[in-house]
Amino acid sequence: MAKIHVTTTINGAPTEFLCDPNQTLLDVLRDNLGLTGSKEGCGSGDCGACSVMVDDRLVCSCLVLAPEAEGMKIDTIEGMADGDKLHPLQKKFVEMAALQCGICTPGFLVASKALLAKNPNPTETEVRYWLAGNLCRCTGYDKIINAVMEVAAEMRGAANA
Amino acid sequence: MSEIQYRTAKNIKEAVTLMAAAKGKGYILAGGTDLLVQMKAGTREPGTIIDVKKIPEMVRITEKGGAFTIGAATPAAVIGEHPTLRKAWPGVVEAINLIGSTQVQGRASAGGNLCNASPAADSVPALVAAGCVVRVQGPEGKRDIPVEEFNVGPGKTSLKPGEIVVSLTLPKRPKNASDAYLRLIPRTEMDIAVVGVGVSLAMKGDKVVDARVGLGAVAPTVLLVDKAAKALVGSTLDDAALDAAAQACSDACKPIDDKRGTVKYRTKIAGVLLKRAAMIARDRINGIEHRGHR
Amino acid sequence: MPDGHSHPKYKWIGTRPDRPDGADKVTGRARFGADFNLPGQLVGKVLRSPHPHAIIASIDTSKAEALAGVKAVVTAKDFPEQANLIVPTGEMQVNLRDITRNVMAREKALYEGHPVAAVAATTEAVARAALALIEVRYEVLPHVIDVTDAMKPDAPVLHDHMITEGVTPAPTKASNVAKRIEFKKGDAAAGFAEAEVVIEKDYTTQAVHQGYIEPHAALASASEDGQVQVWSTTQGHFQVRGFCAKLLNLETSQIRVTPTEIGGGFGGKTVVYLEPLAIKLSQKSGRPVKMTMTREEVFRASGPAPGGNVKVRIGAKKDGRIVAAECTVEMQAGAFPGSPVGPACMCAYACYDIDNIHIVGFDVVSNRPKVAAYRAPGAPISAWAVESTLDMLALQLGMDPIDLRLKNAAKKGTKTAYGVTFNTIGLVETLEAIKNSEHYRTPPKPGHARGIAAGFWFNVGADSSAASHVGEDGSVTVISGNPDIGGSRASLALMAAEELGVDYEKVRPVIADTASIGFNFVTGGSRVTFATGLAVVNSVRDMIRELKVRAGKIWNVDPEGVIWENGMAKPAGSNVGDFEPLSLAQIAAQAGKTGGPINGHAQLNVTGAGPGFGVHCCDLSVDADTGIVTIDRYTAAQDVGTAIHPSYVEGQLQGGAVQGIGWALNEEYIYNAKGRLDNPGFLDYRMPVASDLPKIETILVEVLNPTHPYGVRGVGEVPIVPPTAAVGNAISRAIGIRMTDLPMSPPRLSEAIDEATPRMAAD
Repeated sequence: MAKIHVTTTINGAPTEFLCDPNQTLLDVLRDNLGLTGSKEGCGSGDCGACSVMVDDRLVCSCLVLAPEAEGMKIDTIEGMADGDKLHPLQKKFVEMAALQCGICTPGFLVASKALLAKNPNPTETEVRYWLAGNLCRCTGYDKIINAVMEVAAEMRGAANA
Repeated sequence: MSEIQYRTAKNIKEAVTLMAAAKGKGYILAGGTDLLVQMKAGTREPGTIIDVKKIPEMVRITEKGGAFTIGAATPAAVIGEHPTLRKAWPGVVEAINLIGSTQVQGRASAGGNLCNASPAADSVPALVAAGCVVRVQGPEGKRDIPVEEFNVGPGKTSLKPGEIVVSLTLPKRPKNASDAYLRLIPRTEMDIAVVGVGVSLAMKGDKVVDARVGLGAVAPTVLLVDKAAKALVGSTLDDAALDAAAQACSDACKPIDDKRGTVKYRTKIAGVLLKRAAMIARDRINGIEHRGHR
Repeated sequence: MPDGHSHPKYKWIGTRPDRPDGADKVTGRARFGADFNLPGQLVGKVLRSPHPHAIIASIDTSKAEALAGVKAVVTAKDFPEQANLIVPTGEMQVNLRDITRNVMAREKALYEGHPVAAVAATTEAVARAALALIEVRYEVLPHVIDVTDAMKPDAPVLHDHMITEGVTPAPTKASNVAKRIEFKKGDAAAGFAEAEVVIEKDYTTQAVHQGYIEPHAALASASEDGQVQVWSTTQGHFQVRGFCAKLLNLETSQIRVTPTEIGGGFGGKTVVYLEPLAIKLSQKSGRPVKMTMTREEVFRASGPAPGGNVKVRIGAKKDGRIVAAECTVEMQAGAFPGSPVGPACMCAYACYDIDNIHIVGFDVVSNRPKVAAYRAPGAPISAWAVESTLDMLALQLGMDPIDLRLKNAAKKGTKTAYGVTFNTIGLVETLEAIKNSEHYRTPPKPGHARGIAAGFWFNVGADSSAASHVGEDGSVTVISGNPDIGGSRASLALMAAEELGVDYEKVRPVIADTASIGFNFVTGGSRVTFATGLAVVNSVRDMIRELKVRAGKIWNVDPEGVIWENGMAKPAGSNVGDFEPLSLAQIAAQAGKTGGPINGHAQLNVTGAGPGFGVHCCDLSVDADTGIVTIDRYTAAQDVGTAIHPSYVEGQLQGGAVQGIGWALNEEYIYNAKGRLDNPGFLDYRMPVASDLPKIETILVEVLNPTHPYGVRGVGEVPIVPPTAAVGNAISRAIGIRMTDLPMSPPRLSEAIDEATPRMAAD
C-alpha cells in the first residue's frame, strides 16, 4: 500500500508522518508517534478511551482516518499539562481519587476539558450526559463527576476573581 | 490485498467523478463513524475513500426563505449549535444530536446517518416527519428525493452508481408548528434505538392542522406513517386521537426480534413514543421548552 | 488533603493523599499492556473457531507460512500434551489438560472464538492475511449453550471423558455435569416441618463480562538460550509465569514476567490467553511478538462470569426467624469445568445464622468461553436469589427488610453452612448503618420504591512477599509483587509510612517483576491491602529491627537498648545512655560503616482474612409503559475493617455497586441459534454509562479485623454481591410483581407488567 504523507500539528508541534490510507488517527498516534496516552478500549467509538481534540472538536481518534489529519490541529492527553504543571482537571482527578486503574482517565480528562471550554457552568446531569461516551468500569463515575464539578467551580472562581 | 485509496475531493463535481471512477467500491467519508467501524469489522471494503469534508457546501447550513439546507457532511455538533435551525426544527436537531456520544457528535453527519441506511438511524424518523428533501448529485446531474423514499432496505439506498448525497433541505415552517423526536434505548445514552418516533405538527389554536409521523427501527426502512398523522389532524391531541395515532404506529410495525428488542415490545413502544412525542411537539408550539442534556 | 482522617491514633492511615502513580496516570505517561514495544517486534494474531462445537479434522498452515512477512505459525501441535491433572500453579488449582486446550484448541473447538492457530508477522495486515490463508477442516457438531439444556440426558456432550464427580454411585455415562457439591448444616427437613411460612422461588441469571476497558495484551521475547521475558497486563504475573512454564515445559526461573499497568481486571486477568502463544511464536520466529485482543475477541474468548439457575426455599417463623433454608445452584462453567459454583453455594446463606441449611451445586459445561473470576465469583448469583426471596418473606410477614435481616444476622460465633465459625464480623453494624442512614430514614420519593439487600464475601490472604530498602538519604523504597489495580500502591505506602514513622511522600512503593521479588499470589480475592499489606508491614518491621542494630552500633549499645519511635531510634531508657535520637537519614548515612545496606524482607502465607458484609439500599422508579428503570438514589454500606485510604475504599464500593447495577438491569451475553455471541461489543453489551446513574453514596463501617495489625479487611469484592437483589427488590416493590430473571431489561420488565395487568385487573 502506498503510504500517505501527512503534515499536521500535534499538541502545538508541527508534525509529519507517513500512514496507510485506512490507518486510524489512534493507530498513528500510538504506533507511529509514540503517543500512547490515547488508549484503544474498543476501536468502535463506544468507550471514549481514545478521545482527542481535532480542530477543537472532541472526537474518538479510533473513528478518524489518519490522512484526515492533514492541515488539522490535534490535541491529545500528552499536551494537557503545561510543562511540569498539571492541568487543574489532572490535579483534581488525582486529589479526589477519580481514577482506579487509570486506563479510561486520559479520555475522561480530554472530554472533561472540552466540556468546560464549552460550558463552564454545567449541571451534574450535563456532566454525566457529556461524559456518557466515556466508559469507566472501576469507579462507578461518582468521583469523576465530583472532580469535574469541583474544577468547574474553581475555574469559574478564578475567572471571576 | 487490493490497494485502498484515500482521496480528498475539493468540490462536488470532483467527488462525483471519483465516486464514478471507483466503480462501486467508492465510499464517501463524511463523519466516518459508521464507515470506520464497518471497515474494521470487514463488512465494508472500500477501494476508494472519498473525503468530502473539504467541500464547503457539504459542511455548512444555509437558510433561504425559511427553508434550511444542511450540507450532508456537517457534523452533528455543528448542527446542534445552529440557533435558528434549533428553533425551527427542534425535533430534527435533537434527533441528530442523539446519534452516539459527544465524541461521535463531533464527527457524525445527518447525510452519513441517512446513507448508512440503518432502519434504526436516529435522525431519519425526525427527517421523515419534517418532510425533508435529499439533494443528490451524480454523473447524470442533480435530483431531489423525499427522505422517506431514500432508503430501500437495511444498508440499501436508492442512490444510483456514482451518485452522492449533497444536502438535506427542511421546508419553511408555518406559524405554530414544531416537532419532536423520541427514541427508546435501554440505557440513557450510547445505544441504538429500539424504536424511534418523529412527530411534526402544525396547529391552529388547540387543533392540529397538519402532521407527519416518522417511525424507525420497526421495519426494514424508516416509515412515514400517514394513518397516524391522519388520526392527529383535526384533533386537539385528545386521548382518543392519540390512542388512534398510537394504534396506527403499532399497526405499521413490521419489526424483528433481535438482541435489542422483541416484536411485541417494539410494537407496543411505537405507540407509547408516538403519544409522548406528539405532546412534546405541542408543548413546543406553546412555548414550553424540552431540551436534551448535552 | 481533602477531609480529615478517621483514626486519631494514626498519622497516615485513614488519610487521603495523592496516589504515587497519580501523575503518570493523568498525563498518559503510565504504560499499560498495549503500550510496550520492543525493537524488531512482530504482530501476533489468533485464528478463532467460528463454530461453537466442532471436531478439528485438520489444519493446513502451509499457505500462511509461505506468505511474505509471516515469521511463525503455531497450532496445538506446538504445545505439549498435559496430564488430566489438577495441579497448583502458584496457589491456583488448574487442570493442565484443560488449560492447554483453552489456550489452543486440540481435538475440538468448544466455543465460538476458541483459538485454533496463531501467526506472527511483520505487520498487522500481513498477520490478518495469513489467518485467512490457514485452512481448517471442521466437522461441525451439535452445540449446547444453556445450562438447563446442557444438563438434559440427550444434550451434546462436550467431553467424552467427563463423569460427574460427587455422585454415588458414580455415573457410567459421560455428561456435561462436571461435579455435584453439597453443603449441610442441621436438618433442613426438620426445620421446614417447624416453619410457619415457607417461600420457594426459581431464579435465573445470564453470563456477564467483567468489562475491563483495557483488552488483554502481552509482549514476549524468547532468546535462543531458553530465557523468556514477558510484559503482560495481568492481575498476577507470578501466575502468568507459572502457567507458561507448565504449558511450554520451561522452568519458572527461565521466564521473567513484568506486569504492566493494568486497565481493570476484576478477576478476568488472573488466567492466561495470549502469553503462551506469544512466547511460542517468539521462540519459533526468534523475534519479540506482541499480541493484543480486539474488544470483540475479549467478549468472545476471554472468561466472562457465569450465568446460572438458582432454586431457593426458605422457611421461617411468623416472627421472622428463619428455621430452614435450601438452595440449588446450576452454574455455567463454560467449555471446561470449574465454575465458581462452590463459592456461590458457600455464600448463599453466609449472612444468616440459620440452624438448618441444605445447599446443592452443579458445575456444568456448555459451548461458551471458559468462565473466569469476576469480583466475588459466584456470590452475586446465589445472593440474587436468596436476597430476593428474603424480600418476599419480609413483605409476606409485613416486616421491615432490615429488621428481618437483623433478626437473622450472622455474628461472631455463627457457624456457616460450609463449616467455618465467624470471628469478629460486622454485618449487624452494617445493617444498622443503613437503618440509621439519612437515606433509609427518608421515605422514597412519590412514585419510587426502595430495595434492600445484603451480601457476603470471604476475602482471602495467601502468599505475599515484600522488601523494604532505605536509601542513603533516608528515603524508603517498598517493593512488592502485586499489580496495582485500584490504588494499592497508596495503601501500601501509607502502612509503611505509619509503621516506620516517616512521611508518606518519603516512601516509594514499587511493583517488581517475577525475578525481582519473591512469589506473590494474584491481585484478587480482595487480598492486596490485607495480605501484601501485612508483608509490607513485616518487611518494614524487619528493617526497623536492622535499624535498631545499626543505631546500637553507633551508640555502642545492645540493639535491645534501642527503640524505634516516630521515625527515630531512641534509647530504650535512661539506663541505656544519654543519646540524641537518630533519624532514619542519620542512620542511613552511616550504613556503610555499620554493616552495609539496610533492608527488610518478609514472606508469608497469610491467613485470617476478615470476611466482609455489605448492605445496599436502592430507590428507583419504573416507567410502566416502557419498562425503563431510573435509579434515583443508591447507598452502599460495608464493614471495611480499617479504611487505609478511604477514597479508594469508597471507590471500591461505588465501582462494585455500579457493576452490580449493570448486571441487574442490562448486561447479558446474548447467543443466537447458531451458538454465536450476538453482542460482542460495548454497543450492545450494555454497561452503565455516567448518565444512567445517580451519586453512589457510601458508608464505611469500620469493624476491625482482629488478625491484622491495622485491622484491614478486604473490600473489593463484597460490593458487587448485594446490588442485583437491591435493585430487583426495589423494582418488584415498585411494580408489584416479583422479578426472578436477570437482567431486568426494559423489554423484560415491560412484558412482566403487561402479563400481570389483565391478571391484576381480574383480581
